[in-house]
Amino acid sequence: MTAGLNNYLVLSAVLFSIGLYGALSRKNAVVVLMCVEIMLNAANLSLVAFSRFVTPVALSGQTVAIFSITAAAAEVAVGLAVVIALYRQRGTVDVNDINLLKW
Amino acid sequence: MHIMSIPSALIWAVWLLPLGAFALISPLIRPFPGKAEPASFISIGAVGISFALSLWILASVLQAPDRQIILHGADWLSISGGPVFNFGLLIDPLSAVMLSVVTSVSLMVQVYSRAYMHSDPSYLRYFALISLFTAAMLGLIVSSNLLSTFAFWELVGLSSYLLIGFWFHRPSAVAAAKKAFLVTRIGDVGFLAALLVLYTKTGTLDITALNSPGVLSAISGGVLTWAALGLFLGAMGKSGQFPLHVWLPDAMEGPTPVSALIHAATMVAAGVFLVARMYPLFQAAPHALTVVAIVGAFSAVFAATMGLVMKDIKRVLAYSTISQLGLMMLGIATGGVWVGIFYLFNHAFFKSLLFLGAGSVNHATGTFDLREMGGLRKKIPWTFAFFVLAAVSLSGIWPLAGFFSKEGVLAAALDKQPVLFGFALLTTFLTAFYIFRVVFLVFFGDYRGSHGPHESSRIMLVPMGLLAVPAVASGWLNANGGFEHFLGDGATHGFWSGFIGALAHPLALFSLLAALLGVFSAYTLYIKRWISPDKVKWFLRSPYAIFTRKYGMDELYENIIARNALYRGVFQAADWTDRVVIGGASAGIASLTTGAGRVLRRFQTGQIQLYAVAAVLGMTAIVLIALVRG
Repeated sequence: MTAGLNNYLVLSAVLFSIGLYGALSRKNAVVVLMCVEIMLNAANLSLVAFSRFVTPVALSGQTVAIFSITAAAAEVAVGLAVVIALYRQRGTVDVNDINLLKW
Repeated sequence: MHIMSIPSALIWAVWLLPLGAFALISPLIRPFPGKAEPASFISIGAVGISFALSLWILASVLQAPDRQIILHGADWLSISGGPVFNFGLLIDPLSAVMLSVVTSVSLMVQVYSRAYMHSDPSYLRYFALISLFTAAMLGLIVSSNLLSTFAFWELVGLSSYLLIGFWFHRPSAVAAAKKAFLVTRIGDVGFLAALLVLYTKTGTLDITALNSPGVLSAISGGVLTWAALGLFLGAMGKSGQFPLHVWLPDAMEGPTPVSALIHAATMVAAGVFLVARMYPLFQAAPHALTVVAIVGAFSAVFAATMGLVMKDIKRVLAYSTISQLGLMMLGIATGGVWVGIFYLFNHAFFKSLLFLGAGSVNHATGTFDLREMGGLRKKIPWTFAFFVLAAVSLSGIWPLAGFFSKEGVLAAALDKQPVLFGFALLTTFLTAFYIFRVVFLVFFGDYRGSHGPHESSRIMLVPMGLLAVPAVASGWLNANGGFEHFLGDGATHGFWSGFIGALAHPLALFSLLAALLGVFSAYTLYIKRWISPDKVKWFLRSPYAIFTRKYGMDELYENIIARNALYRGVFQAADWTDRVVIGGASAGIASLTTGAGRVLRRFQTGQIQLYAVAAVLGMTAIVLIALVRG
């Protein structure tokens, strides 16, 4: 049995949900960032799957996925830099303590 | 005799010269202290040239086709897509006569003022303002468009305000100036409303166009009547007609020459002039004309009764002015333009002479109070002579000017409004009485003051003498029907037949009898004292109290209308609405906003994950709704 579109989409949805759950529930900022990455990759997976099964000739989905990965790399670099800066400043990376904007 | 027609540039110069004098005096000479004298020369020179030009204009108008000179002037104001308001000049017999009156009286008054105001520290400001007034008044007369007439109308009101409050360190002068400004403003609202009505109905404010039968027939009857009444309301304010007369007696706080020029001869006559100017419009609205006649006749008697009891010489003259203006209104309404304007023409001379005489008396005695005068006949003989001539003229005794113009008003009133004729005849009696009461109290008997009276200088006496000539003789201009012919359509006849023949008319005997009776009553009371004035006062104490309290009109306006109805009623209600309704509403909205903020800020935890949860839930909800609703 070869994998069809649905299999890929289900995998993508599962990955997205795991990432979403992690991003919303974990307290460690680094883990939150990792979860965001998982969500991004879930989206990439669905993009590539759609491209592969719906328009096999054109490589548009794959192209967008490459772009997305590039952007994600930059985002992680900035995000981790922010987390490091925060750690140096406040001595913690717990997101519950990062609440300066609170009323 | 053919006179060269006047060039149009010189017609413009008539009112621009005094304006130039004002401009020259106020900013150019003012900075140099101690240079007061040139100011008066500039001002007098400008008005002198204007006077000469006015006479030339008068002669030119006589020869002009249709007796009209219209200068197009400049387009002043254009309303997008609509017609353009033109600023032009309209010279016809009416404005030519008015020009001569205003320039001649203004010239005499300014010469007189050189001596009267001699020691005043604000000499310069005085002449600047008098020039401004003269310019505005002349502009008002020659303007060919009601909109520019209105602008000049306000400008004379402004100069009147500034001159009444000339001695602004006196609180009473300030109050009088304010009162004059506010009361005339009530009338001006009517004027402005009439302009709006006329403009929306006809699309023009050009005087000649508005007075043409074609345009008048295009406005329906009721609207035309209201427009005419609006114009008349403006005229009532300026001419001090009941019930807007209250400002004029108080305006006597200004310098006496100002009273002579503005509040006797010229500005207060602007209302009469306005009615005369728009006479065809009034004629097309007969109801409005009836109102003019009734208000005029009523004001004439009403003011004359208050003139009987005033103790201040200028106030007697002020009430006399109101009364005489009322007769002019009655004359125009019943007899047409020439009757009213002829009266205005004569009145300007003798009434300004009376005021200048009062100023001279004040110079001699240092007071305006009749109780502190007396016996001045010998001390100031020239002033006495001029004052009595003017008084006889005002009383309407043949053969002085006042007789001929009063005759016209009485004849017209008897013809059209017999009831109002009775008012006019009563006014004749009262007029003769109150003016001779003044003459007898001031010039006869024993001197009751403490100041050493002395005759005024020549600079004051010469203008008075020059004014005495028309005060005596200006009425003779119509002895041959000449004035009537000039302003109306009457035919001329022999001079002597009119001069003597006027006496043959039974009406003339009636009015003469009324006037002489007035003089005789004053003579009985104040010279012979056959009946003591105090006894009369006691016998007629209730009317006397009403007259001295001015019918309670001041109390009505100040206490009942201003203080109670307006201040306690309208203004406090407005204040309450502002504080409670509007203020409450805005305070309510503000507290609602802060309250909402207090609740909503709880959601701002600052925790990014909570926001993300909210975003996810919201997103899910949207997706679910989209799915359910297909």
